[in-house]
Amino acid sequence: MAGGGPITGPALSTGPAAGGEGLSQSAPVPGALVTPPTGVVTGTFWRRFTLRRPLAALIIQRLGLSVGLLFAVSLMIFGGVEALPGDFATTYLGQSATPQAVENIRKDLGLDKPLTERYLNWLGGAVKGDFGTSWASKNSVSEQIGNRLGNSLFLAFFAALVSVPLAVALGMLAVQYRNRLPDKIINVVSLAAISLPEFFVGYLLILFFAVQLGVATFPATVYDSMGFGERLSAIALPVATLVLVVLAHMMRMTRAAILNVMSSAYVETAELKGLSAFRIIAKHAAPNAVAPVINVIALNLAYLVVGVVVVEVVFVYPGMGQYMVDAVTVRDMPVVQACGLIFAAFYIFLNMAADILAILANPRLRHPR
Amino acid sequence: MRLSSIPISAWVGIAGITLALFCALFAPWIAPYGERDVVGDIWLPMGGDFPLGTDNLGRDLLSRLIFGARTTIFVALAATVISFSLGMLLSFTAAVTGGFVDQLFSRFNDLMMAIPTLIFALVVLAVLPQQLWILILVMAVLDSTRVFRIGRAVALDVAVMEFVEAARLRGEGTSWIIFREILPNTLSPLLAEFGLRFAFSILFLSTLSFLGLGIQPPAADWGGMVKDNKDGIIFGISAALVPGGAIAGLAICVNLVVDWLMKRTSSLKGGRGDA
Amino acid sequence: MPDLLSVKNLKIEATSYPPGEPPKTVTLVENVSFDLQKGKVLGLIGESGAGKSTIGLSALAYGRGGAVITGGQVLLNGKDILTLGRDGVRTIRGCKVCYVAQSAAAAFNPAHKLGEQVIEAALRHKIMSRPEAEKRALYLFKVLGLPNPETFGDRYPHQVSGGQLQRAMTAMALCPNPELIVFDEPTTALDVTTQIDVLAAIKHAIEETHTAALYITHDLAVVAQISDDIMVLRHGKTVEYGTTKQIIEAPNQDYTRALVSVRQTKREEARDQSNTLLKIEHVSAGYANGFKVLHDVSMHLPKGQTLAIVGESGSGKSTLARVITGLLPPSDGKITFDGKELPRALSGRTKDELRRVQMIYQMADTAMNPRQTVRDIIGRPISFYYGLHGAKKTERVRQLLDQIEMGDRFLDRYPAELSGGQKQRVAIARALAAKPELILCDEPTSALDPLVAEGILNLLLKLQEETAVSYVFITHDIAIVRAIADSVAVMHRGKLVRFGPKSKVLSPPFDDYTDLLLKSVPEMELGWLERVLTTRRMESAGN
Repeated sequence: MAGGGPITGPALSTGPAAGGEGLSQSAPVPGALVTPPTGVVTGTFWRRFTLRRPLAALIIQRLGLSVGLLFAVSLMIFGGVEALPGDFATTYLGQSATPQAVENIRKDLGLDKPLTERYLNWLGGAVKGDFGTSWASKNSVSEQIGNRLGNSLFLAFFAALVSVPLAVALGMLAVQYRNRLPDKIINVVSLAAISLPEFFVGYLLILFFAVQLGVATFPATVYDSMGFGERLSAIALPVATLVLVVLAHMMRMTRAAILNVMSSAYVETAELKGLSAFRIIAKHAAPNAVAPVINVIALNLAYLVVGVVVVEVVFVYPGMGQYMVDAVTVRDMPVVQACGLIFAAFYIFLNMAADILAILANPRLRHPR
Repeated sequence: MRLSSIPISAWVGIAGITLALFCALFAPWIAPYGERDVVGDIWLPMGGDFPLGTDNLGRDLLSRLIFGARTTIFVALAATVISFSLGMLLSFTAAVTGGFVDQLFSRFNDLMMAIPTLIFALVVLAVLPQQLWILILVMAVLDSTRVFRIGRAVALDVAVMEFVEAARLRGEGTSWIIFREILPNTLSPLLAEFGLRFAFSILFLSTLSFLGLGIQPPAADWGGMVKDNKDGIIFGISAALVPGGAIAGLAICVNLVVDWLMKRTSSLKGGRGDA
Repeated sequence: MPDLLSVKNLKIEATSYPPGEPPKTVTLVENVSFDLQKGKVLGLIGESGAGKSTIGLSALAYGRGGAVITGGQVLLNGKDILTLGRDGVRTIRGCKVCYVAQSAAAAFNPAHKLGEQVIEAALRHKIMSRPEAEKRALYLFKVLGLPNPETFGDRYPHQVSGGQLQRAMTAMALCPNPELIVFDEPTTALDVTTQIDVLAAIKHAIEETHTAALYITHDLAVVAQISDDIMVLRHGKTVEYGTTKQIIEAPNQDYTRALVSVRQTKREEARDQSNTLLKIEHVSAGYANGFKVLHDVSMHLPKGQTLAIVGESGSGKSTLARVITGLLPPSDGKITFDGKELPRALSGRTKDELRRVQMIYQMADTAMNPRQTVRDIIGRPISFYYGLHGAKKTERVRQLLDQIEMGDRFLDRYPAELSGGQKQRVAIARALAAKPELILCDEPTSALDPLVAEGILNLLLKLQEETAVSYVFITHDIAIVRAIADSVAVMHRGKLVRFGPKSKVLSPPFDDYTDLLLKSVPEMELGWLERVLTTRRMESAGN
């Protein structure tokens, strides 16, 4: 676990503290919905709209909130970097820089212009997909990111493809055998899995599968001319690592979400109607469990996007994460800023998707009084 | 609470944590070699003079592991303590004061949490000088956003209880309400949360070190040791897995204890609800 | 005639797993036997923990929350349903025996329409075809007096009121044409004026469909209206079992006698109106979002007397208490206490002003810090207001424990170690410790079992005699008003409907709302419900 996501620690949904944390992922939204943040339009029109179409209003608010958050995040990434000590030009040239050279470089990099102008230029470019030029390689940042982003998404996509059905199935299995042996085994194993750092899992897999058995490839290099099948075999180990890491979280949260629904009074009602176990689950539990489970999945996908950073470094996989880590070590600021913004955007987007799905799945909001 | 009531899994956790703490406290006395001494050939296998073998520079792996426990636990613990104090202070203030202060703190916290922790840390550490106290502070501040969220939720849960209202009606001051009415009722979930944050800090620090942004060499720390020895993996040399296993082991131990604490809290609460 | 349901020597146990202790097996129900014939109603009555719901669910061979039926037989039409096994039991549940839960709001699935849920059991058990089931649901909606029966089934649970939901739950139970329905406190969560409608609807529906019923409640007056036989339960054992007439009119056991005569006490009101302690003038209040809860309310209370504020949920009675305490500053009007105007907000009041008004809450559980001992809970106001510490403080706490009829052995107990009634007594002692002139009592007895509640009321009356403290007593229960009030204020939807001395407020001529409220309170009397319904029908015919 690379400490990327907000998803932390075991047993997210047992105990009061865990309940808070479990909610915490989506909490910015309900909180913000009850008391709209300043800046959201509040007029009689909006008020009437909220009353008539509460669902649409909530979703519009959530979308607005995400755009606002993204904007604020861009300010933080840009402004925070600017406000921090040390001059880029000095960093850029190293300690031996002459004042004249520093001056030239500042001009070259546009650091002599006022802060707001530079921010607006940067943001304007970013919106159009132009992140400027890398200090280290002098290449266009966008061009380099383009390829790598695709690679990272490729990796994350397959990890999601394997882990989501597996997590939901295991979560349901744990619920089915609640407090019996299979549940206890799943609990202990997942607790252990949560505690494993990604790099440990990664190297363990490499040592076993690539070095000792020789059935997998390492490093996981991919290049443009590679066929689809070759690519898949190259990313087998990184995907396995990501799956192992994200699976335990997702499964534990799924289990908690389903348990919550299964212990509700309406499931008891269904049972007292003499319905079959299958119908109780399919007709009465599932529609209410879908929202929390989708929420869990979206949140873990958000974590996955970040989890790729460490896994890419471990497997020397040419993705965004490795690019960013390399840029950080050489203090290549345009690259760091661009990667930071893109990662944050994905993260915010997936969190938003989770919240909107939760809103959509709530019958109280779908069918207002 | 009786000792026999602690389940085996929690005992395993407690034993593991104790062992790690013992290594951290008495490292210079129990380590067979010095932290930075090159004592043999590189990547010697386990056994003989070097129970765990040697690392990429020929240093004794066991000794570095023991010294590494010191750095890793100290930094993680310091970051957790700071993040906890900061998060709790702000969250309880927000929950008890309410109104504008609460809104301000909570919205800012939402903003901080909108950026994934690791990405945030990478951006910030790219700019800041590489010093230990800066590393601890960055970890603490980033982690305190999570503490804030939990702290506020837990405090709000208790703050709406009628006994808090009764204290207000009696005319009690804010500090009495926080320290005598709310805090005693939030200790157990918060203790569990502290454990969680500590486990998270260990993993986070190790990850940063592994990426080369945490503790700087030649000081030994577990994440950094994985980084040092990772090139051996491809030759079938498992030196990198030893510190990796230590990180995993300690994190598992902490989580086992936390799991027990949480179950205890929730069953206490359940007991009260049934009555 | 053979019995429909025959329960023999029922024993139900539950195993709990307290943390850090070996598992404990508790006996919930022991040696309970009864018979129920077709079309008859048996009332199961008892306090919380009497095992009445557990017995009711045994008729569906179901144990809630780890309860397991470990002994005896439950014969339905002569066949023991406890031996049926998983699949066999499913042919009973929702088909021959149906269940109506206390909280219909939680028992309906929020994701499906009411109509679908009502007919589901009938369809799944292949009792009728979809059109037949829909027709029956429509018929039941009509019988139960639901509004717009044609479209009612198209609504979702959150779109209808609590009383309607409870009736829909009854329709759901009746729909498959079961032989037996288990009603588990179906009206407890409702207001009195709603309760009477639901009660009448249930009674009517049972008569129409000739279904037998087990009716579970803690309110003897309610069950007396609806059942043929009554079984009184306590601690999982049968206290008395007989016909309704015998139980109500000639109970054999002391416990039953106490239940029957509970809250029959009436107190003469005090006449002295001279010495006003609390005066509320034209008070309006609302919440920050602009929602107004109180409209122009005025009343007053003489020293040493009791003012009862009566109303149903949403009447604004609790809001009025918050306004008096200063938790919710009024938007208009003023409150005078002992001749001096009280500052509107809590923060503006002096320590002495705060001391003189104390409060007792409905839920003693949440009103006391679970991490403090009785000594700390009662001792804090003593040290806070009077600066007493150490032995002197303990002395005063002992004295107060004496006053509330509890001994010093409770000094170092935590709230979790006290019973419900004891907790409420400690809360009273905490209020008394400040030596207040006014105690606001916010439904202090409504969460308690009737006999325990009676004890608390008597204690409050005794304390009033001893200390001349005044009470503002907020309640929804007319019987309590009769027992303790000197003057009464009736509230409805945030407005004061009626105010004056008890004798005047509770005697005719009435305004419409007070009339409805008074007539809706069940009386411990056979045939009360029919009488009320007949008068109602006559009145509406007369209009």
